[in-house]
Amino acid sequence: MSATMQEKGRMAQLVDWIDARFPMTRFMKEHASEYYAPKNFNFWYYFGSLALVVLVLQIVTGIFLTMNYKPSAADAFASVEYIMRDVEWGWLIRYMHSTGASAFFIVVYLHMFRGLMYGSYKNPRELVWIFGMLIYLCLMAEAFFGYLLPWGNMSYWGAQVIVSLFGAIPGIGESLVEWIRGDYYISDITLNRFFALHVIALPLALVFLVIAHIFALHEVGSNNPDGVEIKKLKGPDGHPVDGIPFHPYYTVKDLVGFIVFAMLFALVLFFAPEMGGYFLEHANFDPANPLQTPEHIAPVWYFTPFYAILRAVPNKLLGVALMGAAVILFVFLPWLDRSKVKSIRYRGWLFRGFLGAFAVSFIALGYLGLQPATPGYTLAARFFAVVYFAFFLLMPWYTRIDQTKPVPERVTYHAH
Amino acid sequence: MTSEVEKVDGGRRHFLLVATTVTGIAGAAMTAVPFLASWKPSARAQALGAPVEQDISKLEPGAMVKVNWRGQAIFIVRRSPEMMKQLEDPALDGRLRDPKSEQSEQPKYAQNELRSLKPEFLVLVGVCTHLGCAPLSRFQPADAELGADWPGGFYCPCHGSKFDLAGRVFKDVPAPTNLKVPPYRFVTDDVVQVGVDAEVA
Repeated sequence: MSATMQEKGRMAQLVDWIDARFPMTRFMKEHASEYYAPKNFNFWYYFGSLALVVLVLQIVTGIFLTMNYKPSAADAFASVEYIMRDVEWGWLIRYMHSTGASAFFIVVYLHMFRGLMYGSYKNPRELVWIFGMLIYLCLMAEAFFGYLLPWGNMSYWGAQVIVSLFGAIPGIGESLVEWIRGDYYISDITLNRFFALHVIALPLALVFLVIAHIFALHEVGSNNPDGVEIKKLKGPDGHPVDGIPFHPYYTVKDLVGFIVFAMLFALVLFFAPEMGGYFLEHANFDPANPLQTPEHIAPVWYFTPFYAILRAVPNKLLGVALMGAAVILFVFLPWLDRSKVKSIRYRGWLFRGFLGAFAVSFIALGYLGLQPATPGYTLAARFFAVVYFAFFLLMPWYTRIDQTKPVPERVTYHAH
Repeated sequence: MTSEVEKVDGGRRHFLLVATTVTGIAGAAMTAVPFLASWKPSARAQALGAPVEQDISKLEPGAMVKVNWRGQAIFIVRRSPEMMKQLEDPALDGRLRDPKSEQSEQPKYAQNELRSLKPEFLVLVGVCTHLGCAPLSRFQPADAELGADWPGGFYCPCHGSKFDLAGRVFKDVPAPTNLKVPPYRFVTDDVVQVGVDAEVA
């Protein structure tokens, strides 16, 4: 009895010793055990923590891949095959990384859609949203640089097409493209450079932005499916009456989400790591060949909505500009949305209709971007691109005239 | 207390703040130059971009050979009389975006209807001017996929851009300009050298 008392005392002493030198306990309280999150989080609130899990997975598997991967045009393709065949468990680590890339985008797209539904980008969460968008941009760049590394033929031509996009910029385009490649074509030099960006520059930026995203969130507090600010109504203890400590309540909830995610992830990892050519494209099992474009060229599925917009425009500069706009417009959502209410629960049918049409057009464009550019498909892509942009550009209008419902004082919550 | 405040020379502080900030930014910008410049093609990359030669004496009329110059495919086509006939079709120019090659990139000596030094030989950079894919040769007129009015030429499988047998781009496709013509010359009647400009008499 007395021994455990003494043990506890020593542990507490150690914590005190650390806290006098580093704000460990204060940090844990601020961001976990005394971070009050709304008690009405639903299914959609899993994806933020899952994105963090996938980030860690990508960093860890990535570190182990670099131990066997060789970033040179002569060795890259063979070194990936070596990882797949000769390195113990190399296939598992590599498939975790490639499946993780697609999982990252699935989770992030759902996380973003949650934000659209519940108005999580609105005042006072504009910076949370902007940091989130910067994370998304970084993630796209990270995925693009990483995709060149296996040095397959689709890697090669994908990089060729995306780098050429910068050639559309009037005046400086051509020399900018040469500067990015560091050569007159996508070469060993380009590969080596993309490797550096993929394994160190962008992951550093990503981690920094994720920290900023979470700090900004914890400063203003989390939104919720009702879009009610829980900080407005505080109990005698000074904590929001509709809030519960993130730890243990949401750490435990997110753990359940993680287990279900891990099961689905393992299913793909072990039974369909190529996902029928959607996660790992078949043309990428041929080594890069600068003289031979694959018959049918398409980016990996997570870029295809934007790629479909690019292809739909019969003018190079305008196509590139519209593709860029399709990504960048998200940043302006906090100011495009003029509605008084945040959550879709209290918005009218006008917003619901536009959001639904946007979601459908995003998926449709994603599908069309995977198909060959036949006249029929191009026409369809043009139609859905118009719907896609209408969601953003008409937003100031339809959110202002939309019939909203009164928002309750407190979050709606049914005890289980 | 007030005399302490009066002692602070605000103007001097402001000047020093601006001067140090400007100096700091200028220093940072100059430091950035070597890092940014290190991304340009290195001396080795430039050396490897040297001219290449190709013997064309064995090239059949209507056939094409690909040469690798600076990692790009260079298309050398020996145009057959049938191909030339397709290019002479007066209706063709109306279907092209830049039939006179005014907006396109080519050496002066190739800025003509046939975009070549010698009418028989077409030399092109085999890189689509849209987004850099490699166009495919579809020399057969009335191709099943490209329609009955297809006069023969190049087709880019990535985004559907079409070019005629002189590398000139058709209207209503994503590629903005004609396929580029690289600098080239005939060393002898049988040898083409890509990467060096011809001396035009």
